[in-house]
Amino acid sequence: MEALDLARWQFGITTVYHFIFVPLTIGLAPLVAIMQTAWVRTGNERWLKLTKFFGKLFLINFALGVVTGIVQEFQFGMNWSEYSRFVGDVFGAPLAMEALAAFFVESVFLGLWIFGWDRLNKRVHLACIWAVAIAVNLSALFILAANSWMQHPVGARYNPETGRAEMESIWAILGNNTLWAAYPHAVAAAFLTAGTFVAGIAAWWMVRLARTRQEDAVELARTVYRPAVVLGTVVMLISGAGVALTGDAQGKLMFEQQPGKMASAEALCEGEESANFSILTIGDLSNSCEGVRHILEVPGLASYLGTGTFSGEDSYLPGVYDVQEEYAERYGETDEAGNPISYTPNLAVTYWSFRLMIGFAAGSALLAAAALWFTRRGRISDNPWLARIGIAAIPTPFIASSFGWIFTEMGRQPWVVAPNPTGIDQIRLLTERGVSTVVSPGMVLTSMIVFTLLYGVLAVVWYRLMHRYAVEGVPSTVRDESPEAAEDETDRPLSFAY
Amino acid sequence: MDLALVWFFLIAALWTAYLVLEGFDFGVGMLMSLLPRGDAAHREKERRVLVNSIGPVWDGNEVWLITAGAATFAVFPEWYATLFSGFYLPLLAILVALIVRGVAFEYRGKIADAAWARRCDIAIQFGSWVPAILWGVMFANLVRGVQLDESYQYVGGFWALFNPFALLGGLTTLVLFLLHGAVFVALKTDGEIRARARRFAGVLSVEALVVAGGWAVWAQVAYSPAWTWVVVAVAALALVGVFLTNRAGREGYAFTLSALTIVASVVLIFGSMFPDVMPGLDGGTSLSIAAAASTPYTLTVVTWVAVVLTPLVILYQAWTYWVFRRRLTVGHIPAPGGLTWKKIKESAF
Repeated sequence: MEALDLARWQFGITTVYHFIFVPLTIGLAPLVAIMQTAWVRTGNERWLKLTKFFGKLFLINFALGVVTGIVQEFQFGMNWSEYSRFVGDVFGAPLAMEALAAFFVESVFLGLWIFGWDRLNKRVHLACIWAVAIAVNLSALFILAANSWMQHPVGARYNPETGRAEMESIWAILGNNTLWAAYPHAVAAAFLTAGTFVAGIAAWWMVRLARTRQEDAVELARTVYRPAVVLGTVVMLISGAGVALTGDAQGKLMFEQQPGKMASAEALCEGEESANFSILTIGDLSNSCEGVRHILEVPGLASYLGTGTFSGEDSYLPGVYDVQEEYAERYGETDEAGNPISYTPNLAVTYWSFRLMIGFAAGSALLAAAALWFTRRGRISDNPWLARIGIAAIPTPFIASSFGWIFTEMGRQPWVVAPNPTGIDQIRLLTERGVSTVVSPGMVLTSMIVFTLLYGVLAVVWYRLMHRYAVEGVPSTVRDESPEAAEDETDRPLSFAY
Repeated sequence: MDLALVWFFLIAALWTAYLVLEGFDFGVGMLMSLLPRGDAAHREKERRVLVNSIGPVWDGNEVWLITAGAATFAVFPEWYATLFSGFYLPLLAILVALIVRGVAFEYRGKIADAAWARRCDIAIQFGSWVPAILWGVMFANLVRGVQLDESYQYVGGFWALFNPFALLGGLTTLVLFLLHGAVFVALKTDGEIRARARRFAGVLSVEALVVAGGWAVWAQVAYSPAWTWVVVAVAALALVGVFLTNRAGREGYAFTLSALTIVASVVLIFGSMFPDVMPGLDGGTSLSIAAAASTPYTLTVVTWVAVVLTPLVILYQAWTYWVFRRRLTVGHIPAPGGLTWKKIKESAF
């Protein structure tokens, strides 16, 4: 394999891996903050128990999100130095803003929150977790601003002397309509992930305790776990609707901005009006559109998703061939080495990742429906199916997010910076031109093996800790550790220590 | 003043903040096996004192590195691209080190088991020794100069990075961070471990004077401008000051002076690079501040961001240090709070 392929695989592996931890962090931080707010406001111990319980799971998860994030920042320079030279004038600024405006807040205030239970006034301590919750969501905004610029460059000009992109307006970059389609979608997906996580674990616990038929266990199920199921379900319902609506809006925008991505997602060869939405397709491995056979289709639905109308002239969607023809004319038929350029992304990957994203996101819907039914009007449930659905649903939004990223990044190919069809046409970069030229395949292979092995080991540790701490349940006793509740000012041991 | 020039100083300032703050983190990490004494249970308690002395702050300290990296990407993309692709394998080692170190801090107490704690300690030490050496190797190469082609690609190869001057540079940061860590432990703990840290710092300050002094004089003679002799003198005096204040038990002063030594080292490094961000080897192609810089508009944007946000960052980060100002002793360390290994192995789902 060449350095290019290895570098692409490495980016894919490290990014998908990083984004296992990120959505849970983004969604769970506000949920833990809500639980702690409920405790501070009501003084009801159930909320403190839940805060401690989900707070611990949050921290186990956060640790991996942080350390794998550093790799992302370094990787642009290490493996993609020519990309970095081309876009640095534009792309670096949102990353620097993320570090200064968000990442510092997350890291510093999380340290305060972890170790501050007995050091800080109750309200100040609560403010710390809210600072973390807001900052992780702000982090996502800046990172997606950078990513959206690669999907749809705005606010920049091309300098023919240097052959580089140059920033013209930071406001245009932060106001990119691609960003404002992607950000709500990513955040809604993150809340769906966290809502499913909370409701799934709490539902499992509720059923488990209810089945013991022991009075105090059933009481625990009713007073502590049921409220968590309800909280998680409410978050799932709101964010689930949000994911669908924002996804639809983003899809329509993508049909305008990256027609090649969407034509491939539909495996649509020739442009047509009233295009069908394909559910099942068989293709060959040659990545040619001719080998694709559609087996199951919903008439007109693809046109509706892309344009908002089922039929008529307005429902026209361009196909893979149309995009190839148009792009070849605009951006050239061959690259500098004289090789023909295919403007079609990998059809199988794009087509299936799109469908798997949507399909797995529906896993949460099943849990939400079950949880609503079984907890209706103050009930608790001992139905083992609820527990099973709860556990089965937890991984589904994670998998959906992974496929979402695979879709959006693979669908952008062959571009690393996709041309903006309505504007600054010259700002575009083929992925093959972005890779570092001085880094040998052996070096990339070394780092890929190192990261893959290391990440594999860490995944096992992460999973076992998450799993085991979830099975451990809420602490049986909690106490108010805040300084104002302390009886004397003696030199007490730390309430929390590594 | 030219904003690119301003940013040369600001990048130096970001690295200074990073190396001063994470410098003592690295030092504490490296001392994990060197400082604790006594029977196994007591040593474990002392190791937990060490980990918890930086527990609330290490992650915030590390963000200065993320900021230095991202700011370099934004304001000197050419430098970022050349440096990160050129120093590929050392940076890979640093990344691996920072990953295992961070995870080990957070997961160490999650399982109450001696063997687990040992494994995490190995990770913490590996994760501290490796970057403590490699940051010095990297910066020494920037002082010495590296081989660049006309399009500013690093073409020197991997082994050229490990020349004698760079290796001594690595040893210099290693000793300085060890000293900085020992002085920090003396400042932040109480009891036997504090006394031991002070004895350690006494020896280390002499060693640092020899090693760092040797490297700085080599730099001065071979690569650095005349005015940085002043900086070298400041660093040397600061090290002598560390020795004296540490012996007198003035730990706050000793810590300030060891921080000053690191500040002086960064000034020496960036002063030697100036007016380049990557000087060429033996007068070859250099990457200058001007050639590496972004456009004036981008520089202006990032400057505004930095001017508004950095003071806030400093303010709330300083507040964290204030909140956790109490000296830790083995008496403050609670019983292990993690689950037992037996429980971790049980499966219930």
